[in-house]
Amino acid sequence: MRTILYLLQKEFIQVFRNKAMLPIIFIMPLVQMLVLVFAATMELKKVDITVVDLDLSETSTRLTSKLEASSFFHLTRAQLSPAETDQLLLKGTADVVVTFPHGFEQDLKRNDEASVQILVDAINGSAAELSNAYLQTVIGSYNMKIRAEMMGVPKFTPPQQVSVIPSYWYNPELNFKYYMAPGVLVILVTIIGLFLSSLNLVREKEMGTIEQLNVTPIKKYHFIIGKMMPFLIIALLDLTFGLLVAKLVFGLPFRGNILTLYIFTSLYLFLVMSLGLFVSAISDTQQQVLFVSFFFMIVFIIMSGLFTPVESMPVWAQNLDKINPVYYLIRIIRNVVLKGSGLFDMTRELISLSLYGLTMFSLAVWRYRKTV
Amino acid sequence: MDVITSDNKPIIQVKELVKKFGSFTAVDHISFEVNKGEIFGFLGANGAGKTTAIRMLCGLLEPTSGALKVAGFDGYHQREAIKRNIGYMSQKFSLYEDLTVYENFRLYAGIYGIPRKERIKKTDELLKKLNLEESRNKLVAGLPLGWKQKLAFSLALFHQPAVVFLDEPSGGVDPLTRRTFWDLIYEVAHQGITIFVTTHYMDEAEYCNRVAIMSEGKIVALDTPLALKEQYHADSMDGVFLKIARNKE
Repeated sequence: MRTILYLLQKEFIQVFRNKAMLPIIFIMPLVQMLVLVFAATMELKKVDITVVDLDLSETSTRLTSKLEASSFFHLTRAQLSPAETDQLLLKGTADVVVTFPHGFEQDLKRNDEASVQILVDAINGSAAELSNAYLQTVIGSYNMKIRAEMMGVPKFTPPQQVSVIPSYWYNPELNFKYYMAPGVLVILVTIIGLFLSSLNLVREKEMGTIEQLNVTPIKKYHFIIGKMMPFLIIALLDLTFGLLVAKLVFGLPFRGNILTLYIFTSLYLFLVMSLGLFVSAISDTQQQVLFVSFFFMIVFIIMSGLFTPVESMPVWAQNLDKINPVYYLIRIIRNVVLKGSGLFDMTRELISLSLYGLTMFSLAVWRYRKTV
Repeated sequence: MDVITSDNKPIIQVKELVKKFGSFTAVDHISFEVNKGEIFGFLGANGAGKTTAIRMLCGLLEPTSGALKVAGFDGYHQREAIKRNIGYMSQKFSLYEDLTVYENFRLYAGIYGIPRKERIKKTDELLKKLNLEESRNKLVAGLPLGWKQKLAFSLALFHQPAVVFLDEPSGGVDPLTRRTFWDLIYEVAHQGITIFVTTHYMDEAEYCNRVAIMSEGKIVALDTPLALKEQYHADSMDGVFLKIARNKE
């Protein structure tokens, strides 16, 4: 056991003697939290909508004002030909173009129905669908209103109606930052866990210092633990720092037990560090380690449910996520922070992460060779 | 850490040792024995298989075939036990350059399980002997090469091993530094520690009790420097080496 202490002492001295380390430890989390959480938002705001009102009637003007009143749209009025409308969408000046044709009001009054043209730039499919749905709602409610007016019923109330009053739990304001911030924290600890320790090990191979260690009776698991612990502590430090930033800057509510969060994060780090050290045990250069780790990290993060819901992935991909460490931690951390889930609400995750971590750790120790 | 071996029993026993890398045979059926307290030299041109042989002896490489015993332990199944009883100085300087002299001592003493008190006492003694007291808290990176090599040598001996393996220990330093380095080696040998040294400097071979000359993975000659010079009618080890090389052609 004492050997580990000497190894840890050595690693800590080396880490803090490295001038690049302090910025990595304190500036990286700050930048990630402040930039990523704001940038990686799925909220639709200020959709650029251009209204081409060829009718200029009372009905069309009123509907336009309704759209303008919504904070969802940023509205511009213009008189354009169909060709110019196309150009507008092509150039990306407008996301949505709504055209009221000539005789819109007349049609409505005479035929009881009228058409409005809605063109949506659908390169981002989900954003397009959302804009369209929102437009439909606005137009739909306007529809009800003018119908009521035209039919002359002063207070038109449908005789029977199912009314839906949604109640949003855990994130009642639907604040997207509350959803993103815990996820970005996961990326933060992943980068530290996956890269710093594995690069550190393979660097000893490159420098040749590992040969002097390999010729001592040092135990393999001592060596691997020695490479893990300093970065585990640094990652947990960064988690604390990131949580503070999230609390102070975004007012992230913290409903769960902080200890639960640290237990899960430590288990997670044990797992990803073992994975990283396994990679460096089979690699010879920092370059190889970087490439392989990057590959895994990108796949893990994209499939993790950080940006897109896991539920909308194909079933085989969802099954694949069972071996994705990032998927586990993102779900766990969101549950702990936003729902206040405790250790016993997630015993399954606790067991899976522990077993998975132990397996990877054994693999890393096994694959690390004291021979050349 | 002391190993009990009677003086007449060899501390290194190698029989028909082979190491192959794919189809290339780096070490080809070599056999020899080294006695306790001996300075045993391993000579040969670059690429003759010296480093491969020394790595097998240190437990850094698994032999392909043949028998190998160091300090009474088997080279296949007891490599970790061998490591406890040997010191090793690599061809390439491999201490931590970003640690100070003292921190390097502390780390390796810790790994070998040397108690704190003993470590502090021995470190002070050694630094005094090597005239490195002033550099105690300096980073190793800033030391001249000759000093680094002395440091690496002392560290290889810190845990009082039975055998010390030196792989081209004086490569790249000036003749004077080399001379003082060999003074250190003699001193250690007098304490009963076996020295196994590889080199391609023929003048260094003169300092050894016995030398083995390697060529293309085989041992082509093995005796005391005096006997070899008589046998090959040469007045220096350089001459012996040249004659052996010519005979091969």
